This record gives sequence, structure tokens and C-alpha cells, in this order.
Amino acid sequence: MPEMTYSEALNLALREEMRRDPAVFVMGEDVAVWGDRGGVFGVTRGLAEEFGPERVRDTPINEESIVGVAVGAALTGMRPVVEIMYSDFLTLTMEPLVNQAAKLRYMFGGQARVPLVVRTNLGASGGKAAQHSQSLETWMMHVPGLKVAMPSTPADARALLRTAIRDDNPVVFFEHKLLYFQRGEVPEQEESLEFGRAAVRREGRHATVVAAQAMLSKVLEVARRLASEGIDLEVIDPRTLVPFDIETVVESVRKTNRLLICHEATERGGWAAEIAMQVGELAFDHLDAPVARVCGANVPVPYSTPLEAAVVPGEAAIEQGLRALLAGARWGPAEIG
Amino acid sequence: MLRRMVLIRAFDSLLPDLYTRELIRGSSHAAIGQEAVAVGACAALAPDDYITSTHRGHGHTIAKGGDVNRMMAELMGREDGYCRGKGGSMHIADFSIGMLGANGIVGGGFGIAAGAALSAQMRGSGQVALCFFGDGAINQSSFHGVANLAGIWKLPLILLCEDNRFAMSGRAELMIAGGDPVKRAQAYGFPGVSVDGMDVLAVKAAVAEAHERALAGDGPTLVVAACYRFQGHFSGDTQTYRTKEEMAPWLERDPIPAFRSSLLAEGWLREAEADAMEEEVATAIAAALEFAQASPWPEAQEAWEDVDA
Ligand SMILES: Cc1ncc(C[n+]2csc(CCOP(=O)(O)OP(=O)(O)O)c2C)c(N)n1
Repeated sequence: MPEMTYSEALNLALREEMRRDPAVFVMGEDVAVWGDRGGVFGVTRGLAEEFGPERVRDTPINEESIVGVAVGAALTGMRPVVEIMYSDFLTLTMEPLVNQAAKLRYMFGGQARVPLVVRTNLGASGGKAAQHSQSLETWMMHVPGLKVAMPSTPADARALLRTAIRDDNPVVFFEHKLLYFQRGEVPEQEESLEFGRAAVRREGRHATVVAAQAMLSKVLEVARRLASEGIDLEVIDPRTLVPFDIETVVESVRKTNRLLICHEATERGGWAAEIAMQVGELAFDHLDAPVARVCGANVPVPYSTPLEAAVVPGEAAIEQGLRALLAGARWGPAEIG
Repeated sequence: MLRRMVLIRAFDSLLPDLYTRELIRGSSHAAIGQEAVAVGACAALAPDDYITSTHRGHGHTIAKGGDVNRMMAELMGREDGYCRGKGGSMHIADFSIGMLGANGIVGGGFGIAAGAALSAQMRGSGQVALCFFGDGAINQSSFHGVANLAGIWKLPLILLCEDNRFAMSGRAELMIAGGDPVKRAQAYGFPGVSVDGMDVLAVKAAVAEAHERALAGDGPTLVVAACYRFQGHFSGDTQTYRTKEEMAPWLERDPIPAFRSSLLAEGWLREAEADAMEEEVATAIAAALEFAQASPWPEAQEAWEDVDA
């Protein structure tokens, strides 16, 4: 299998879909001529050369209009793939995304289709500070009518983006800044990957951990370390938050009887709480300890190195949380960590 | 004014080296080539007037009278930084001089500046608010919303567009419908003034006039200062979207040597004084580096402070 970066894998998916379907087009800020001809993280690199300025559009800076226009185009036969440079700027797109894209089909009694993909990235990386580091995936998850994907590997990035583009519903597609230049194997053949299929990244019997993207790498690292002590973790990557593959998590919990959820987004009201609730409803009798979570602190992401490191869950915090869970003790809120 | 321009240039010239030495992180944006706009505009303001800044904000802070020691400490994420290390380059603020903050959100300053102008109007304080923003930001919805409000309420607001021709790779002439951003003022019923942003005195004069209007209760003014971003959008920008040829005529119009020569020619400044001033700036910058590096790192638990008041 060829190796490529996460960014290249996304680029490949865009290219394949644009070749297949002339209705697919890309727009956003700096997607055509910036840098190596496309995208601050290179995802749209070279697309303008291949598909021309009609289908790869550099827009003015106005996120609200970019998504608003995409909704209208999607309603009337196009399949826009929009890039929002950082997920922090999703806040500027809330009206068209939440009031329009997510609801039009429902409000109009099934007349409408909104095949729209909003690609963006989340996560802290290297001091980008409070307005360029947020992880807002749970906000999107809260809105009926939006699907939410968050791929963790290059292969998944390509396969899930392909599925997102072919979906007839609005999909908010979260990439992670720290993953763009990580390499991984991507199958030669185009693969499809249904939404709502979690991946078991590691099998184990002592506890189940759910994590994605940058947190997934950290969890896997901790799992490797703990394995040398004879502690076997099962690690699940949800791949999509809406729809969410709760069956895979429940099945795992039946085996391990312990669950920890780790996400970079702030702890309060984060998706860990939703999953813990669902597991409580579906598998309470199988739990030997309260569901635990290790999440971003309930503060904006600060700039300075030691401050950023304190609020974004690191391997030490994850390991501490897991040990507490395995010892049966309760893991306290992020403020204490 | 020349000293502040030279200080801005010297400060922003350090950035690439500071990245290489891993003393700073995140993103920071140099205002090299745009010093005359920041300095000219702030020279026309009163000390207690407000400004809002942008992601490219070091120049605005220095022009308003900011302290380079605390700026540099903030860039290095240290305890003595303006924001105690929480903000970094894109979030420097100094409320004691009316500097209401740089901003990581393009267009994030419009509402804040207009709100400060509203507050000044309601309090009858005689203060004016000046909003620095780029040719890219003028396309944000908030520009239009704020221009309309400021127009109907006659807010003491100066909208200062630094038209440096680019928003990252986006060329102003391709991104601004109607071509010249100054025309947008007309739509909202207040004056739009074009000024040479490479000429610090011209900028000062234009802003001074806008300031008078604001104080007289005549409402906002849009000032569009034509200037040029001499360097990449940020360190590491390969600038494939523009050519050396198109940059050359702008680089020749460097506002600092131009102002220096005119001061010398008109006898306001002597060569020896100018040289001494430049040396003094170099010393101030060296001191700022030292100050910042000597400043302690914030304690981890400070990350939980100041989430609310
Ligand atoms: C809402 C928002 N969209 C996009 C960005 C990314 N971004 C940062 S600076 C910039 C260009 C801004 O151009 P302009 O307003 O002309 O200011 P200049 O960089 O030229 O000083 C962009 C697109 C951002 N920070 N905020």
C-alpha cells in the first residue's frame, strides 16, 4: 500500500470525487493560489491547476457568506466542499450551518437535500492560542441535521471524505492540525467507509478507551506502555460522532467492564458526557466503575508552552486517569488534573 | 514618530530569528512596510482614545505607546508579558493606553471598536475609537453591520483600513467588489478618505481630520491607507502568489528612509541625531530581548485564572 500524509490523503479524495462528479467543487479562503498552490495545510494543493478557477474558488474573508452560498448551491444541484481555515471560525458560520443547512430538509417536509461538506480543523498545536486552537466538534454534534466526522488516519481521512462528499446531508468534517503531516498507508483502491463504524485500534480486556485524532495517538502510546505491565487496553476510534457507533463501544465494555473517554475539547458538555450517558443506559450492569473521562480543561487554550501543556490532555494525564479507573477510584474533573 | 517607526521595524525584524531559536511559537505577523500607517494614525489620537488592532498588531501597540519589554515577554509566553503568557502575538492588549487588543479573528475588532465608540458617546467622555483592519477584513459581515450602526448613530469611530494589497494570498483587486474599498463609506453615509499609507504625515493629517469630525459629533470616517506588506503573511510564507517584479516599486517606497530623508532635508533632524536615535532603538530592542528571556514562565495553575472576573 502506498504511504502518504493525512493532508495528501484528503487531497486525493477531493481529486477523485471532483473527477467523478462535476457537481463537486471547492471553495474557501486561500484554497487555490496560497503556498504550494492550495490550502494553508496543503489539502487543496494543485486542485486549481487540474480543475480550474470555476471549481476551485478562492473567496474573500467572510465565513458566513462562504457557507451561506454553499448551502444555496447544495440545494440546487451542486455538491460544495467548503474549507473553513480553522474550526474557531465556524462560529462565524453558525447561522447558515445551524439554522439553514441542518434544518432545510426537515422544515420543508423532505423536499430539500443539502449535500454540503464543511471541512475544517480543530485542536491545539504549538501555541496558536485561544482563537486558533478550539475543538468545537461537540457543538456540531448537538444540532440535529448535521453529521460530524473526525478521521484519525490518512486512510480514514480519504475514505471518510469520500463518504462525506457523496452524502446528501450536510457534514462537518473535522481534521486535526497535528495530523496533517503524519504519514500512513492508504489503500491503492478507493475504499468506501460508511459513517457510524468505529475502528478498534487495539484489542484488550482490562479497560476500554474511546479517543480520536491527536488524543488517539497519545492513548495508544500510553496503552503500549501499560502493556508492559500486563495492562491490556482496548482502544476505540469513533471515526464519526454523528452517527456514533455506540454498539462497538458497548460490546467492548461488556468485555472490559471499564470505560474511559478522552477528548481534547473542553470537558464540560463535551461528547464524553454523551457517550457515558449512552453506555449508562445500555450497559450499566456491565460497568465495574463509573465511566471516566480525561478531557481538555474548561478554559480557553492559552498561548504559553507550560500553560498550553497544562490544559490539553497529555500522556501523563491519560495514564493517571487510566490508573485511577483501573484502581476503581474515581477520576476527578479536569480542574484538578 | 520616526523613532516609533524604526522601533516597529526593529521589533518585527526579530521575528524570523526568534522562531528559528524557538523562543516564540504560534503565529505572528510582521507589519514591516506598514509602519507609517500605525504611527501616523496613533499620532493623531489622544492618549485616552481607543484603538483595536488585528493579527498584525505589534506596530499598532508600539504606535499607541506600548512597552516593547512586555510585548516581547508576551511573545515568549512569559509571566511579565502583557497577558501573562496567555495571549501571545495575536492577543496583545494594553488597556492602560487604550489598546483594546490585537485579534486572531479577521474583523474581530469592528464590533469592539464601535462598542467603545458607543460607550464614549454615552458616557460623554470625549474619547474616539479607531479600528485598524485590513483590506481582507473589509469583506467581513461585521464591517458592514458596524459601518451601518456607526453611520446612523454618528459614533465617534475611525475605521482605518490598511490596504496592503493582500489578504494572505487574496489580492484586494480580486476580492473587493467595486474595486476601491474607500467607496464603501458612501453607502453608509459618511466620508471615505484615501491616503498614501507610505507617508506618515499624510496619514496623521487624514486621521486628525477624522478625529475632529468624531469629536464634533459628525460620526465616523473611513480612512483607507494604501500601503504594502513587504514580507510574507507570516514567517514561512513562500509568497508564491506574488512576483518580485510587482513588489519592487513598493519596496522602493519604504516609508522609513523616506520620512528620515524628508526630516533631514527640511532640517527637523540632523544626521547625527538620526543615527543616535537608531542606536537607541537597537539598545531598547536588545533590552526587551533580555527582559523577556529573564522573565519567568507562568505557573501551570495560572491557566485556570481569569476565566471569569
Ligand atoms: C475570521 C477569520 N478568517 C480567516 C482568518 C485567517 N487569516 C488570518 S489573517 C488573514 C488575512 C487578513 O487579511 P487583511 O485583513 O487584509 O490583513 P493583512 O493580513 O493583510 O494585514 C486571514 C485570511 C482569520 N484569522 N480569521
